[in-house]
Amino acid sequence: MSNVSLKVNGKSHTLDVDPTTPLLYILRNDLDLRGPRFGCGLGQCGACTVIINGVATRSCITPVSSVKSEVTTLEGIAKNGKLHPVQQAWIDEQVPQCGFCQNGQIMTAKALLDKTPNPNDTQIREAMARTLCRCMTYYRVQLAIKRAAKAIAGIGSKSGKEVVA
Amino acid sequence: MSTSRRTFLKSAGGFLLISYSRGITELTAAEPQATPLYKDPDFHQLDAWIVIQEDNTATFYVGKTDLGQGTGTAFRQMMSDELDIPFDKTSCVMGSTDITVDQGGSGGSTAIQVEGPVMRRVAAEGRRVLLDMASKKFAVPVDQLAVADSVITVKGDPSKKVTYGELIGGKKFNITLTADNNAIGNTTGVAKIKPVQQLKAVGQSPQRYDIPAKVDGSLTWAVDVKVPGMVHARNVKPPFAGAKLVSIDESSVQNIPGLVKVVSKGNYVAVVCEREENAIKAARQLKVNWEKPATPQLPPSSDDLFKFIRSATPTSTRRPTVVGNPDTAFSGAAKVVEAEYEMPFQGHTAFSPAHAMADPSNGQMTIYSNDMKSYRLRRGVAEFLGMPRDRVRVKWMDGPQAYGRTAADDAGFEAAYLAKEIGRPVRVQWMRNEETAWDTKGPAFTFKVRGALDAQGNLVAFDFNARSADYNHVDYDEPDTVLIAQLMGKRRAMPAPGNSDVPSDMYAIPHRRMVAEVVSLPLIWETPLRTGNLRDPNGPQVTFASESFIDELAVAAEADPVQFRLKMFNADKTDDNGFRRARSIAVVKTAAETFGWDTRPSPRRVGSGNTLTGRGIAYTYRGQTIVAVIAEVEVNRKTGHVWVKRLVCAHDCGLVINPEALRRSVEGGMLHSMSRALHEEVRFDGEKVTSVDWITHPSLTHLDTPAKIDVVLVNGDPNPNRPDLPQYGAGEASCKPTIAAVANAIFDATGVRLRRVPFRDARVLAALKTAGV
Repeated sequence: MSNVSLKVNGKSHTLDVDPTTPLLYILRNDLDLRGPRFGCGLGQCGACTVIINGVATRSCITPVSSVKSEVTTLEGIAKNGKLHPVQQAWIDEQVPQCGFCQNGQIMTAKALLDKTPNPNDTQIREAMARTLCRCMTYYRVQLAIKRAAKAIAGIGSKSGKEVVA
Repeated sequence: MSTSRRTFLKSAGGFLLISYSRGITELTAAEPQATPLYKDPDFHQLDAWIVIQEDNTATFYVGKTDLGQGTGTAFRQMMSDELDIPFDKTSCVMGSTDITVDQGGSGGSTAIQVEGPVMRRVAAEGRRVLLDMASKKFAVPVDQLAVADSVITVKGDPSKKVTYGELIGGKKFNITLTADNNAIGNTTGVAKIKPVQQLKAVGQSPQRYDIPAKVDGSLTWAVDVKVPGMVHARNVKPPFAGAKLVSIDESSVQNIPGLVKVVSKGNYVAVVCEREENAIKAARQLKVNWEKPATPQLPPSSDDLFKFIRSATPTSTRRPTVVGNPDTAFSGAAKVVEAEYEMPFQGHTAFSPAHAMADPSNGQMTIYSNDMKSYRLRRGVAEFLGMPRDRVRVKWMDGPQAYGRTAADDAGFEAAYLAKEIGRPVRVQWMRNEETAWDTKGPAFTFKVRGALDAQGNLVAFDFNARSADYNHVDYDEPDTVLIAQLMGKRRAMPAPGNSDVPSDMYAIPHRRMVAEVVSLPLIWETPLRTGNLRDPNGPQVTFASESFIDELAVAAEADPVQFRLKMFNADKTDDNGFRRARSIAVVKTAAETFGWDTRPSPRRVGSGNTLTGRGIAYTYRGQTIVAVIAEVEVNRKTGHVWVKRLVCAHDCGLVINPEALRRSVEGGMLHSMSRALHEEVRFDGEKVTSVDWITHPSLTHLDTPAKIDVVLVNGDPNPNRPDLPQYGAGEASCKPTIAAVANAIFDATGVRLRRVPFRDARVLAALKTAGV
């Protein structure tokens, strides 16, 4: 055990943990965050995705001691009580079925749009290729990414409580 | 959550309160009570179903579980219509055994179909009682009252008005309901439900209420539940099917910090630690001496499976369904077509491995689980642990896809067992390899099919034999078949016979014989190849064979696949009382029109260079839900890669509650079967399952996603405006025909018939090469 310093969603933490512990368990069990989740522990599915230095990162295979920059989780992307446009697009498009994988879908999509604000179909598919969903909501995820891209560019439609197909 | 609601919950008995203000967002320890008992909510009381708050909002208590298809939202729509309260002023609590009536949790796509009417009846009764109360208050007869948006007014005197909240907020209805045969599904008041035409929220698409908390990270999932003193457990599974535990070297994990205990009984082994990462480490590090069986207990390999199934003696054969005289028809046929098909074992392979948390405080047991049948989990655990049922409750919470009998059942029992052993709250979480290897599987099948055409190309005789490897199929939450019970040596005297199935279609075929058989694998207990219900159990397998074969017959008859099917619907004019024949015609025609189907026989190779394009249709029904899927594929001649570029689904499930939520469920069902068509297969050698992660057990990905999906909701009822138009199940029907639609499209593109699932690149490429394509 040793002291590990970690900045997550704007807050700094010092924790006395085994430095080889995967970041995922620290986020979930010590910092009580629920966005990143365990799906495989192998970096294959994306359930545990967080953003570090603008990169969608698999926290289940990232030793906590290797993290030198701020970690952003699903809980940290809304600003001033307003959902991130990607989250809003997910609601407008009614993407999730069970929703368990959607942390990975949303965080991977956010990292993509931060770098490539107007991605084409191929860029979307390739950026999202390793982020799995077993309810198979891929089609809606891809529509929502396009919707979010428009919203970020300021050409989105208004959100409502009814689903607009 | 309002104060009155808390009071109600407390009076229902409970030491943990859960706020449902936005999904399940907080767990609050209330003041401890003296070991309250978890009585079944009394379904004879209207108060068990509906609570009206002082702020003029309503909470509905539904004993179903929403697995992500939006059934909770649909219940709110139906009930707000009957109660006459705005949808936005309602909320819904689901599937927790101590506060919602036992409506069985979920299964069989029956939530809306079967329980919808129950919920509508109790809501209608609530409205009746409120009108009665207003009638007394204003001293006018009920027919002088108007009700809209949870406000009752006196007709002609709008100054006289009262809200539901003012009438009963925070108080109980104290109204007794009746139920024929004491069956919960028959619960009713005296009020009648409204004709379909008067429903307002039904047929609209309000957004699902559960989605915001699923995208902002605020939802507490079953994986998230923590209580003080909770510890973490991991299982240590036998490395070989049928292995016996000889000894455990506990000293091998003594260096693990916070090790609580190594638990073992029979062949069940688990480690428990204070911290999760240490439990994982301990499970990997624990030295266990297993005795390998003298001979391998599984069939030699997944590739030899079908040979094994074909040569086995069936453990059961369902009485054949025979129409006409198939033997005579075959002997007089102009053309006989024969084919065999194969489907491997396919798993649930839940996105999150199985998990549960069990809290044994106060000599009771509370299990936090995403098991879709929470009530069965409660009964099963009570029996397994020898606890009175009223000391056990299950809090149902959101979790990964629960499309049938998943390993969530097993984890619930394991958590409860370990919690009782250790006397502390225990969280169990399976690892990826454990889930993929050991979850319950949809059974493997072989099919042998024959068809006889007359000189005009009409299908006159059909002979269908289905064989499944499904002996000792495990049911839901059974205390003597869950994995921990099996590993502890429990053996049921009569293993479940298992299931096999025959096609569901409305084709008028004069002569038919259909046989469904089950075979057993050598090892039936403690096997990673245990079978259980997987979304639309057996439907995708059987329909892959039957609808591929109908396509083969259309080819032999040189007929267009859509026309070939329509001709068979039209060959007989009789229909059933749900009009399945008429609705089948409507659905197949709608699918073809939406796709822009060009009438011609298959195959026709379209496309130049390496890419061949084709389209295929498949149709079936599930219960009274009719579905046709058309797939358009691109097949890469050089790599064997198949891309399903477009999907069209025409879907008739009667009355639609929430069209947009339904469309998304139908899409998910199709893509799930597309994943089974293209990727999924449980691989094994003679000793163990070898597909254990997302590399060795691939699944559909974003790269496979169709460029376009059209879901058309059809109402093919001959009287589409009838006031009692029923709603039918929609959670699984679209899974059923999709594999065949893809196979038929591949044939159309290439002229190569794939009769073995999945259609992975290497298998497709080999088939193309053999055929010289």
